[in-house]
Amino acid sequence: MRYAETGYNLEIDLSSGNIERVESDPGLTELYLGGLGTNAKLLWDRVPPETEPFSPDNLLIFSAGLLCGTPAPGANRTIISTYSPQTLFMAFSMMGGFFAPELKYAGYDKVIFRGKSPELVYVWINNDKVELRDASHLQGKGAVETETLIRQELGDPNVQVAAIGLAGENRVYMASIEHGRSSASRLGIGAVMGDKKIKAIAVRGTKDLNIARPAEFMEICNEVMEYIPERDGNPVPGVMPILAGLGSPKEMLIHDEKWHTENFMWGNARTRQKNYWTKDVEEKWKETQESVRTRLISCYNCPMKCGAIVSVPGISRYMMKCFSKLTYTMAAYSDLDFGFRIAQRATEYGVDGFSMPQVMAFALELYEAGILTDDDFPGMPSDNEGRFYWLLDRIVRREGIGDVLADGVYWAARKIGNGAEEYDHNTIKKHEQLPLKLSMLNPIYFLMWATGEKINITQIEGNFPQAPFPTMEEKEAFVKDWIHVPDEKFKDYFLKWELRGENSFPYYPTPEATCDIVDWQETMHYIDDSLGMCAGLSSFPLKPPYHIHNFPKLISAATGIDIDKDELWKIAKRNRTLIRAINVRKGLRRADDKPPENHWKKRFPELEEQLLNAYYNLKGFNEDGVPTKESLHDLNMDYISEDFEKRGILKDEQSDEES
Amino acid sequence: MSKVMKKVKTIKIDLEKCNGCRACELICSAYHAEPKYSSNNPARSRIRMIREPLQDVYLPVYAGEYTPAECMGRDKYVIDGKEYEECAFCRASCPSRDAFKEPDSGLPLKCDMCEDEEVPLCVKWCIHDALTYEEREEEVEEEVMVEEIETGLKSLVDKYGFENLVDTVARLSQKEK
Ligand code: SF4
Ligand code: SF4
Ligand code: SF4
Repeated sequence: MRYAETGYNLEIDLSSGNIERVESDPGLTELYLGGLGTNAKLLWDRVPPETEPFSPDNLLIFSAGLLCGTPAPGANRTIISTYSPQTLFMAFSMMGGFFAPELKYAGYDKVIFRGKSPELVYVWINNDKVELRDASHLQGKGAVETETLIRQELGDPNVQVAAIGLAGENRVYMASIEHGRSSASRLGIGAVMGDKKIKAIAVRGTKDLNIARPAEFMEICNEVMEYIPERDGNPVPGVMPILAGLGSPKEMLIHDEKWHTENFMWGNARTRQKNYWTKDVEEKWKETQESVRTRLISCYNCPMKCGAIVSVPGISRYMMKCFSKLTYTMAAYSDLDFGFRIAQRATEYGVDGFSMPQVMAFALELYEAGILTDDDFPGMPSDNEGRFYWLLDRIVRREGIGDVLADGVYWAARKIGNGAEEYDHNTIKKHEQLPLKLSMLNPIYFLMWATGEKINITQIEGNFPQAPFPTMEEKEAFVKDWIHVPDEKFKDYFLKWELRGENSFPYYPTPEATCDIVDWQETMHYIDDSLGMCAGLSSFPLKPPYHIHNFPKLISAATGIDIDKDELWKIAKRNRTLIRAINVRKGLRRADDKPPENHWKKRFPELEEQLLNAYYNLKGFNEDGVPTKESLHDLNMDYISEDFEKRGILKDEQSDEES
Repeated sequence: MSKVMKKVKTIKIDLEKCNGCRACELICSAYHAEPKYSSNNPARSRIRMIREPLQDVYLPVYAGEYTPAECMGRDKYVIDGKEYEECAFCRASCPSRDAFKEPDSGLPLKCDMCEDEEVPLCVKWCIHDALTYEEREEEVEEEVMVEEIETGLKSLVDKYGFENLVDTVARLSQKEK
């Protein structure tokens, strides 16, 4: 019997309509856990680097994490992986909600799509019964609307649906996959789903999911359940409110947006409005938020309430989480009311709330600069908010200039030319980033922005405080119950870290300490993404309920595979290296590992090189950012170095000296 | 007429506090697995979340008695403008619907208040207190029981006739032995 996982994947060939239930190799669980790890293995094995993202040979994988469906609170992530049409590297995006557990109860760990359907379809997975159904009546329908329609059609309120909107159907690079209050938004995976002509996946399951050693497993689950309210009720002093508690940033609960509105950039990641948050704004925004927020809601088996049902008078209800209430607001120099209104339309269209507003602000900048002209915007209204709606409608339909913009800032800038490239100033590896522009280089964030395979800072940062605490007293108070550190040296790094003077940015933490801090944070994210654990209870907040010391016990008790701390660390490193290898095979090299040029005003090229070298060294990459033969061997992935040697990515004699 | 003490177990359900997480369903199914917590399957749960997020409908319902026959009609509640699904508030495991039945066998499920536990598991895992547990002692007259039986029997006599009823009782008692 298999434990924690079902041991079966669903293989769907959309071109032929062939559907198979295939047993997975339990050996892979021991090496890669599940979720992101085993997704990456499938991509490596089955999709050669020459494959275009919109080729029928590209795979689109929906995977439940290893612990999804078990009582481990917060284990509900669906990890979706494919090749990104935008970055041309591996794309992986996670969504919370209820989809992954339902898939497990239906008897599957993954749904693996290949090929391309001739007509728009949706997939109906009802335990052992799986069928492709005509979706022509859903064409052009909103993502949220589609979920409701499918559930009605199937006559079962417990069916869980993940759907694309118009943006995905039209292969817009910012297209997301929406599911209730959650979405997998980044890196254009909605476009791949649209390319394969899958409008939605509906799943219902009523089977058992087994636990290997229940008593041991429940002991940790109960500890976690007890710790959550205790920790959330005692916010960490000295850090901003959204980072003081647990969960993903509680944007739906918190009114105080001083930090975001005054520190993040407005427009096309351009202007900082230092004194924006006045009493008047505060009152108005508070009123807006309270009038539209109907209820705070959770994902499956999680007591945190990071999402909300949003009911804006006159438009249909939708659900929201996190930061998207501000991205449109700030890109358009508007207010929160506008943010909630346009986000409704954007959610129905199914677009990424990070990238889309930036693409629109970018287009308007080009218009003001005269690079794009009235001819490119026929009939566009003159007010800023009207323009955003106008652009949104054009982009998701790929109409006129919308067709160019639908490929995102990087590609649009190159297509438009005429100096437009200059305005592409906030992308990494061709992907839009948070609108942040700061002063002094932060070595930890430098490495995370530069090297993160996810290309999204919130998916890399986490357990280590973002800034030093001002006094020794506060620092000591913080480290007192900091049992989460993988090693005592992290406490030392933190205690010595100062706001000013010798032990401050950019030379402190030292490159070595910086690498350790990045390594820890990154490792936790890779563990979460394989387990399907929400980062909000693990890798994202300070002092979370899950950490490197209780995860091994939890995983061992759930699966019956005995894993200790070192082994778990190694698995995370293996998964991280595997994804790097996939991207290296797609052409990724050191030159790509860099943050936006203007992310910090004060840059230190020499130090940055030093940081990158130290990081590569720790990760077992050579100085070009390519995993070395030795490190691949240590991680039981000789198959990668063999492939690299065949392709001339690694030379036989050279690789010996790299690490 | 003698008086007896009866323990009344109550779960108070506050719909406003529910965040729709379904932890109650999950943990109920795990607790009732054989051996305990060895498997998970909300479809086996004795509490059922009726969840329609876009309608803001969040309604946990507990499994009550099994009924061999469905009601003559169905009810549909609208409360504060929210329309609840048909028979939403009914706790019966009933032939008219799938709720509160084992997924494979179709055998009825019934909430047993987690017999051996101090606090029912669903309540324990609902940390926002949408579900809270109360216990109290109530004094009841034994007589009431007899009266109830009489009323019930009378209605059966009316429906099936005295003879039929006696025959059936005799047959049932035969089986019990
Ligand atoms: S912490 Fe928030 S985002 Fe994470 S699982 Fe819980 S409700 Fe969902
Ligand atoms: S555990 Fe509580 S909050 Fe969660 S669904 Fe059940 S009743 Fe609602
Ligand atoms: S009281 Fe126990 S048996 Fe009843 S629904 Fe709750 S967990 Fe299930």
